[in-house]
Amino acid sequence: MMQITPKENQSQWVSSGIPIIAAVLALLLAAIPLAFAGAPILEAYGHMIKGVFGSLFNFTEMLTRATPLIFTGLAAAIAFRAKLWNIGGEGQFYLGAMAAVWVGTGMIDGPPALMIPLVLFVGAFAGGLGMLGPAILKTRFGADEVVTSLLLNFIILIFVQMMLEGPLKDPMGLGWPQSEPIVDNAVLPQLITRMRLHAGFVLAIGTAIIAYIILAMTVWGFKIRAVGENAAAAKHAGIGVNRTYLAVAMASGALAGMAGVSEVAGLKGYLTADLSAGFGYTGIVVAMLAGLSPLGVILASLYVASVFVGADSMSRAIGVSSFIADLIVSMSLICVLLGGFFARFNLTFAKKQVDTK
Amino acid sequence: MMDILNIFLSDSFWAASLRIATPLIFGVLGALLCERAGVLNLGIEGIFVVGAMTGWMAVWLGANLWGGIIIAAMAGGLFGLFHAILTVIFGLSQHVSGLGITLFASSAASFTYRTALPQVSSPPRIEPFRALDIPILSDLPFIGPVLFQQTAMTWLALFLVAVVWWVMEKTALGVAIKAVGDNPEAVNAQGLSVVKLRMGSVIAGSALMALGGAFLTMSAFDAFFFGMVNGRGWICIALVIFASWQPGKALMGALLFGMFDALQVRLQTEAGAFIPGQVFLMAPYVLSIIALVIVARKADYPRALLTPWFKGQR
Repeated sequence: MMQITPKENQSQWVSSGIPIIAAVLALLLAAIPLAFAGAPILEAYGHMIKGVFGSLFNFTEMLTRATPLIFTGLAAAIAFRAKLWNIGGEGQFYLGAMAAVWVGTGMIDGPPALMIPLVLFVGAFAGGLGMLGPAILKTRFGADEVVTSLLLNFIILIFVQMMLEGPLKDPMGLGWPQSEPIVDNAVLPQLITRMRLHAGFVLAIGTAIIAYIILAMTVWGFKIRAVGENAAAAKHAGIGVNRTYLAVAMASGALAGMAGVSEVAGLKGYLTADLSAGFGYTGIVVAMLAGLSPLGVILASLYVASVFVGADSMSRAIGVSSFIADLIVSMSLICVLLGGFFARFNLTFAKKQVDTK
Repeated sequence: MMDILNIFLSDSFWAASLRIATPLIFGVLGALLCERAGVLNLGIEGIFVVGAMTGWMAVWLGANLWGGIIIAAMAGGLFGLFHAILTVIFGLSQHVSGLGITLFASSAASFTYRTALPQVSSPPRIEPFRALDIPILSDLPFIGPVLFQQTAMTWLALFLVAVVWWVMEKTALGVAIKAVGDNPEAVNAQGLSVVKLRMGSVIAGSALMALGGAFLTMSAFDAFFFGMVNGRGWICIALVIFASWQPGKALMGALLFGMFDALQVRLQTEAGAFIPGQVFLMAPYVLSIIALVIVARKADYPRALLTPWFKGQR
């Protein structure tokens, strides 16, 4: 029989090494579907590595891809820390992008020093409201935020499509359902000439550092952690649990909204209904790989972005379906979950079950 | 107003309601079984995709339709086993594990489909389940089109509601499953295996979920599309709360949902000129949220839902 016992001393090294082991393991496990698809395995890995590190352009593409993931990863990490299950990052991403487009396509114009903070703020605010709704339904009515935030993703995406065929539609867009382009003064500047990498990346890194400081060093961060670890005890200690949930919801939604702003104002320039490549959902994986640590989110985003960019280039080179990237990312999540288990518990197999009663 | 009355009087409306409800019936029953045993299964959305893909592919590769159903159920059960190992044996977070299963299952299904069919412009089709044609019954006015011209899968779904109800309410196994979701320690004290009961329920529940997906590719349509599940799994998670974990109410919830969806499509054609079509497309999701909010306060969750149980730890 199998016996599960908690480990006596958990090593800090082991627990911080787990995500790395999980990530490597998931990459190695990718050999199975690659073999199944009949691809030359070593060559495939070679293409993946080249796809990320082969040139400055490839590398900056990876960083560009990581940018929204840092934001959505932070969104999930901060919410999950409080055990507020925000699965609505995808919807909040679009709310942020939509709000940025709403104010940023000619409604107001001014110097970049005004316009860029403005679109960021408006987008963050809209994203925050997107999670505030489910949080209010949770605190007021006890409605499970997992389901409500998930279902909101679908509602918001349909709403985006409606807006893109209606008020937000670009009259010059040749009938395509897309918004007008963001005014030049609201566009996040490029970091390197002729590369798509934009200031959103720097902003994302800065935001992660701020989130780390808030979570680790402020009273508010302490409240978030206390509510997440034991809501009943936190309440007993006089922490306003519901208020904390609402504040976390606002912050988490705002972070996901900023991902939307960053994509629309830094990369695409206008809004379409396929702006996000599942960034909201992938953010959850990023947060888990990061062990819900804001600084870990940066590393996890770089890893996940490398998988996507590398697998894209590999799939172009040898004709394997690009779904391989989603497969690797989802396997990393499962590996890191299992890794967390083996760090905390010993699994022993006894020959015979001994009843201790 | 007259138009709305006409909708309710038409047999096609009621037939559509039952047809739309069918995949949800499978899904809610599956979610009900898992949650009654104390395990939230957010893998449902991905398991729907797996059921849709494997059932379709089995038939496309030459299996008969019932063979496809069995393959879909087995594939769903396999991912259920995976979820059960993670959550029941290892006691990992049911939320995160379920989301992981959804991501893993849907990407595995999509990868397999794309690998088998690398370059197809239009998805290949199979010969799906046909509408039943029962002598006399199918020709009855109203009742005939609504009930007896559905496909065999709709009848399978209705039959499974009865089976799940009977197991849960009338058998010792059902009592044990419900007990394991409420008070696993007591079940253990009775000498029953908490782990086996929970794992069995999650596997069987996941197989049911996969049938919901299979209905989409083998009965409602005749091909597999990416994104065809489109949140149906998540809706089932809302419906099972709405149904307070009762099979009979689960059926009612799914039917009610099917009715609203069928109504929505018809209103869209009636009022499409004044209201953008998307408003109607949002309706099913909005409705699920409203239903959830209404019942949330008095929802009687299985008491040990989300709580892992380890032998000899207390």
